[in-house]
Amino acid sequence: MDFKKEMRILCSWIAHFGDLLLRLLWHLVHVIISLFYFTLGIANALESYLISWGVLKRYRSLHVNKLRYLAIVVESEEAYETSKIIALLQWLADIGVKHVCLYDMEGILKKSKDFILAKVDGAVLYGETHENNKLLDQTHMTLEFASFCDGKEAVAKAANVLFMKYVKSGATDQNQKGHIFTESQMTEALKTIGSGGPEPDLLLVYGPARCHLGFPAWRIRYTEIVHMGPLKSMKYGSLIKAIHKFTRVQQNYGK
Amino acid sequence: MERNNISTVRSINQKLGNLLWKGVSKVLSVGPVPTHIAFIMNGNRRYEQNLNLVKGTGHRLGLDAMLTMLMHCCELGIKYVTVYAFSIDNYKRKPEEVERVMDLLKFTFELLTEKSSIAHHYNIKFHFSGNLDLLSEPVRNAAEELMAKTANYSKFVFTFCIAYTSTDEMVHAIQEACEERQCEMQELKRNCGDYEAEKKTVKIMDIEKHMYMAVAPDPDIVVRTAGENRLSNFLLWQTANSDLYSTPTLWPEMNFWHLVLAVLDYQRNHSYLKKKKKLL
Repeated sequence: MDFKKEMRILCSWIAHFGDLLLRLLWHLVHVIISLFYFTLGIANALESYLISWGVLKRYRSLHVNKLRYLAIVVESEEAYETSKIIALLQWLADIGVKHVCLYDMEGILKKSKDFILAKVDGAVLYGETHENNKLLDQTHMTLEFASFCDGKEAVAKAANVLFMKYVKSGATDQNQKGHIFTESQMTEALKTIGSGGPEPDLLLVYGPARCHLGFPAWRIRYTEIVHMGPLKSMKYGSLIKAIHKFTRVQQNYGK
Repeated sequence: MERNNISTVRSINQKLGNLLWKGVSKVLSVGPVPTHIAFIMNGNRRYEQNLNLVKGTGHRLGLDAMLTMLMHCCELGIKYVTVYAFSIDNYKRKPEEVERVMDLLKFTFELLTEKSSIAHHYNIKFHFSGNLDLLSEPVRNAAEELMAKTANYSKFVFTFCIAYTSTDEMVHAIQEACEERQCEMQELKRNCGDYEAEKKTVKIMDIEKHMYMAVAPDPDIVVRTAGENRLSNFLLWQTANSDLYSTPTLWPEMNFWHLVLAVLDYQRNHSYLKKKKKLL
């Protein structure tokens, strides 16, 4: 009996030791990965400085015309750093980007909209100059502000617009079941409720992880999503690199 | 004698390999393991072109890689796995290529239906998300049979997104939600009058319960291969707080170690993404 009890205690100790060893290995793996990303971060920082100083030739010419609409997703805690947002927008204006959508989940940027528009030279609110979907030949930079309520909530509102039309049309007959709504009708319904902004070509995520944080789903079907790291460590060279990389992307759109 | 030695060495290598995978899986499981992982299986054609293979080999190898990846996910304890098998946009490809892919998918569904397949070994329920009316009858029948044969399994759930786009999914879900609302309104009109009936509106949760992907929670991580950085109309609604992981590896080359790297990336970002999910 004592022997069995001792064996149980020994097995328990071995299990605890094994568990501890696994935990140590897990932490070791993550330390190695963190070191790798730290080294990569330093290399990227160095490269971005070289790009900023014009040392790297291939980044000197940027075909920014290919970038018709840019979206910036900012982690809401960092969205309070309006000075950084303004600096970022100034960089984009200098590069020649004409249309930008600023998004954060909680709508912090929306609340700072007037301040940002006042501080960024030549910036106007999207919708004030927008006419017939023309995004070309603008002298001003248009800014759109979006938050989580422009995503799923907007889709639900658009659904109710479609629903009302469906009810009014009296299409209740069983034989009319099938595809009663189309994607174009959905796009129109979103425009009706004021959430019909264009699809960004490129979405830059400023935050700890590469995650679109609920950017309006209807608008990011084929959008290139690039992670830029935290807003506090944003660099001009990294921005140039991301835009340059985008201009070289070729999409098949499923073909 | 020499052949026996070679096969013995191969067998030992395989056993050591399996042991190593099990060991790595145990270490990974110390941290948070994703509940749901989604894959955009990009790069099959590029792989075929790079190696000058016969047309169609890329997709065939891609399906092999998918089944192997599914096994690794099961061994790691990832309950929900979703793959973007065929987009509605892919119908724009050459008809012979579409037919080849559809034949391959039908063959795979039939293979998985067999009693000896991984579906039965790992207790995997197969589900199909998409506009299945767009599929030809033989493919649709094979898919429906696979769903029926595995309907009672519950340990793992594997979803093929086929004839799928996220925008189509949203429109379909809205349509179903509207039809449901319409029925409720008619019922209310009969019982309580027009005023009560008119208060009924379509809400986000009404739309979500009719999504093709309502069988699974939102993905924790979306892995796209071949170095592409877009979602291509895949799970746009469900990925608000998903870790979007891109790897330059082409899909047919994906193996256990690539899965490990993806899970490690998820573990690095887990606490941040968990915090974001709570805000919703």
